[in-house]
Amino acid sequence: MKIFVCVKQVPNTETKIQLSSDGNSIESSNIKWIVNPYDEFAIEEALNLKTKNAGSTVTVISMGPKGRVTDAVRTALAMGADDGIIINCEEEQDLFTTAKALAETIKAEGDAEIIFAGKLAIDGNSSGLPQVLAEYLSLPHATVVSSFEDQGGKYLVERETESGSTKTYELTGPCVISANKGLNTPRYASLPGIMKAKKKPIKDVELSSLNIPDNFKKLSYTNLSLPPSKPSVKMIDGEAGAQASQLVELLKNEAKVL
Amino acid sequence: MSNILVFIEGANSELKNSTKELLSVAKNSGGKVLAMALGPDAIALAEKAAHYGAEKTFISSDNQFENYNPDLFVTFVADIVKQSQANIVLGSSSSLGKDLFPRVAAKLESGCVSDCTGIEFSGDNVTVKKPIYAGKCTADVNFENSAVKFVLMRANQLKINEADSGLSTEVVEVTPPTTDLKTLIKNIVKSTSEKVDLTEANIIVAGGRGMKEAGHFKLLEELADVLGATVGASRAVCDAGWVPHSMQVGQTGKTVAPNLYIACGISGAIQHLAGMSSSKVIVAINNDPEAPIFQKSTYGIVGDLFDVVPKLTEEFKKVL
Repeated sequence: MKIFVCVKQVPNTETKIQLSSDGNSIESSNIKWIVNPYDEFAIEEALNLKTKNAGSTVTVISMGPKGRVTDAVRTALAMGADDGIIINCEEEQDLFTTAKALAETIKAEGDAEIIFAGKLAIDGNSSGLPQVLAEYLSLPHATVVSSFEDQGGKYLVERETESGSTKTYELTGPCVISANKGLNTPRYASLPGIMKAKKKPIKDVELSSLNIPDNFKKLSYTNLSLPPSKPSVKMIDGEAGAQASQLVELLKNEAKVL
Repeated sequence: MSNILVFIEGANSELKNSTKELLSVAKNSGGKVLAMALGPDAIALAEKAAHYGAEKTFISSDNQFENYNPDLFVTFVADIVKQSQANIVLGSSSSLGKDLFPRVAAKLESGCVSDCTGIEFSGDNVTVKKPIYAGKCTADVNFENSAVKFVLMRANQLKINEADSGLSTEVVEVTPPTTDLKTLIKNIVKSTSEKVDLTEANIIVAGGRGMKEAGHFKLLEELADVLGATVGASRAVCDAGWVPHSMQVGQTGKTVAPNLYIACGISGAIQHLAGMSSSKVIVAINNDPEAPIFQKSTYGIVGDLFDVVPKLTEEFKKVL
């Protein structure tokens, strides 16, 4: 079984965002980069599936500047993935172009049975790539999956919706699955894993070699802005009962949110 | 003039507030408002959509649309979008909307932006505002090479117009195709909770490590019940297993923007602040006067939450 995992490298969640001088992107020079947290659940699930299916392989695919995203791919390899593919491009692409590039690359590899991805990249906040990838590959998809069970060519998945309701779907493979928190507990890369990862193969693909038309891009981002600064906090002193009654008074008559 | 197609979401034959927001902003733009409603109560929803200005509503009352199945919805919804000749499609950034519309957009060789907090129409075009980096900044997103522009709005962002019950809509019944589905619904577990989801909640009461143990969340539930609020939590307490992950607010949880956010025993890690700092009014209750949450708050109380929260519940009972 050929299993693929799409991995995005994103700024660490502790990153303080600063804007670039043209305001159309963020200042990226001092950022510490990590594997998108939701993609870790995708990697873990792929590795679990591989363990249960002898002879399977897990290929991790990432897109971005090769010099930077190699770290993210090596992290996935250290966790236990077999090989990697990096689609090299310097500029950030919109999710539709990224999905198209991933689809073309996965098609070229052939025989994908299942493709895992995180439900959301914590930088772009779009939660759209897995579905769009599935469309470009003409495969069924399930997103925000918190439970996954292999039933031999069919997959039983649970998807949580608003207010904590869950639906169970049965998908016929091949298919695309996006992972939610709670799906599993991602393993840490072991020291031997990290040593082995250095020798695992990573294939390079140039974005420009994939013949995606110049006018494919669907979205562009401009005028980035930081949240407006808030007026300073009004502290409420006194003993608990007085604090509580004063707060209710302020919420009712000053903030008018009740 | 643009044709704006609004995807209707409802429950028990009533429009969700988020759908009323979409119909209102479409109407106020001066464009022609179209709508689409699927499922057994589609006709009832179409009538309600008319009251907010939908001139024509595409429906299917087929029972198979009662529950969302991407394999069933994607092709049918794409067909309706084509038939409607819409150049802008508005949906809610709900779990259904976010699953469905990026793929429908891809099928129609167009773009889709989810989780938008602002929208501006100009002629046939539309530009949206979208928080990125979990709300640490906001971007203007422009569509390119998109015959249809798909916009998914976050709830509680737009004004709802007065309903006009004298208005009616032309109803167009669309017959769903019979297709071989590769995805089947096997089971549905409805939540027993009547609470509004965090992402749509008007008021949120959230607890962090300062709650000390799972059982103490009862204090927050009592406060939430009085306020009609939904209870949320910080990552630390979700990871500790005190409450389910679906309650997590923050960069790796839900991004929320209620009118009132009451943070109890939450110190305010940058990841948590990113997920809630666009709330209109923020109240922080914490025993540490140096807690970072106070810098983002409108009102702050330094004190023992186990004293303050029950008192607060009593005070709210008096005025609500």
